[in-house]
Amino acid sequence: MWFSKPENTKPLALIIFFVTFIGIVIYAYGSKKRSEKLESYRDIPFLDDQPGDKADTKDKQ
Amino acid sequence: MAVTTYSGVEQYNFDIVKKFAVMSLVWAVIGMFVGVYIASELAWPFLNFDSPYFSFGRFRPVHTTSVIFGFGGSALFATSYYVVQRTCQTRLISDGMASFTFWGWMAAVLLADISYVLGYTQSREYAEMEWPIDLLIEVVWVTYLILFVGTIMRRKQPHIYVANWFYLAFILATALLHTFNNLAMPIDLFSMKSYSLFAGTQDAMTQWWYGHNAVGFFLTAAFLGMMYYFVPKQAGRPIYSYRLSIVHFWALGFMYMWVGAHHLHWTALPDWTSSLAAAFSILLLMPSWGGMINGIMTLSGAWDKLRTDPVMRFMIVALSFYGMSTFEGPMMSLKEVNALSHYTDWTVGHVHSGALGWVAMISFGSLYHMIPKLWDTKIYSNKLVEVHFWLATLGIVLYIVAMWISGITQGLMWRAFDEFGNLQYSFVESVAAMHPFYAMRAIGGMFFLTGAVLMTYNMFMTIRQGKQEAAALEAKLAAKLAHA
Repeated sequence: MWFSKPENTKPLALIIFFVTFIGIVIYAYGSKKRSEKLESYRDIPFLDDQPGDKADTKDKQ
Repeated sequence: MAVTTYSGVEQYNFDIVKKFAVMSLVWAVIGMFVGVYIASELAWPFLNFDSPYFSFGRFRPVHTTSVIFGFGGSALFATSYYVVQRTCQTRLISDGMASFTFWGWMAAVLLADISYVLGYTQSREYAEMEWPIDLLIEVVWVTYLILFVGTIMRRKQPHIYVANWFYLAFILATALLHTFNNLAMPIDLFSMKSYSLFAGTQDAMTQWWYGHNAVGFFLTAAFLGMMYYFVPKQAGRPIYSYRLSIVHFWALGFMYMWVGAHHLHWTALPDWTSSLAAAFSILLLMPSWGGMINGIMTLSGAWDKLRTDPVMRFMIVALSFYGMSTFEGPMMSLKEVNALSHYTDWTVGHVHSGALGWVAMISFGSLYHMIPKLWDTKIYSNKLVEVHFWLATLGIVLYIVAMWISGITQGLMWRAFDEFGNLQYSFVESVAAMHPFYAMRAIGGMFFLTGAVLMTYNMFMTIRQGKQEAAALEAKLAAKLAHA
């Protein structure tokens, strides 16, 4: 079988993984509109901040 | 993006987060104390007391299990439950399942530690637990997976924040790793003893596929999840690049799975397998440093926080150690370097620069951020946080410098030949040469442990203060109501 020979499957795997990686990079950086949308997700950790979150330290030393 | 206003503690299950957070501190002190004890045994062997119950061989897995699964695992349970609820803006799907993961996980770590002292081990590194404990872990872990995925599925926020991706990758990968590494046949239904389904080289390969992915997914991906939430929160500014975090996630997740065989250079494993692992280890440097840069650059424009905020300092130093150990790791995976470093203390130093410098420091930083918020108060003492930071940093430096010197010395002594082609040094001569560095390592560990004890005290006082404030507020409200 063609795919049972490592000399065939190794370059095939390389092509599949490389194309997938390039696809992810294009997805992340390829479009200006999508980039803006993706970068807007950075704010998610701040969306449910408690009113009056106590950021500082109460030093009792 | 959906914006949900915080509507009180009842919105989330913080009770489970509190339990795990407290237990992570308890396990930190226990695990690090045992670590210091066994480091001292190597420097001062009388501490073995000629008893098997005190021997290095039995205490070593107690140390690794308590710090990795007790301290690290509890910190991950706590932060993942906290992060998934707050970034998905929904409550965990089941309080009962959450509670089961807590009691099940605590039982597994405790039973594992007791079984090691009694001499039960399946001798697989970082997976020494015998089969009944493995089964308990399996059930707990599947419950954790269902709980985490279920919570994500009922999120109010349409997008799944990147920290949850890392946590989910960690939960999924750990499930796979734990299951396949522990495939074993008990010799009897009522016996703790079992034999692995694998043998010879395949067994070694399976063990290191597990071993390095435990590092990759349990000790790296999961703590990166912690980093992607708590660094922005503590810095008060969003992560430097969300797009970089996407590339970081997929590249890291894909590459880690291949690198385990670099632990088996120059063995019976086929040469191409460990070469492939070395190649992926080198490639892994890029996503690792991408993630480190993403974390550190989050502070861009607010570098003064490094001077003013000791909690932030914990996080940034953690990222620096992450960068350093993910450079050292690929370097040690090169066959030529590995020929010198393997089986020496250099490996022990490398592991601890990752474990203490990255894992423990990012956990300390995250817990310092999270615990006061859970009890709705402020940190009891900032000065103690500052002292903890310096004790921990000095401890790590002492530890890893000692292990670098001792490891490279060992490697050079073991490969030295005299003019007749005989080995120049006997093994015991190399052991004697290590003594000062073993003492230095134990002292480094003592620094680190002292810092952890101070943190535990500081957090205990923080919790007490939070409870007192809540009680005072309640009393005030009750008094107002009575007068109304």
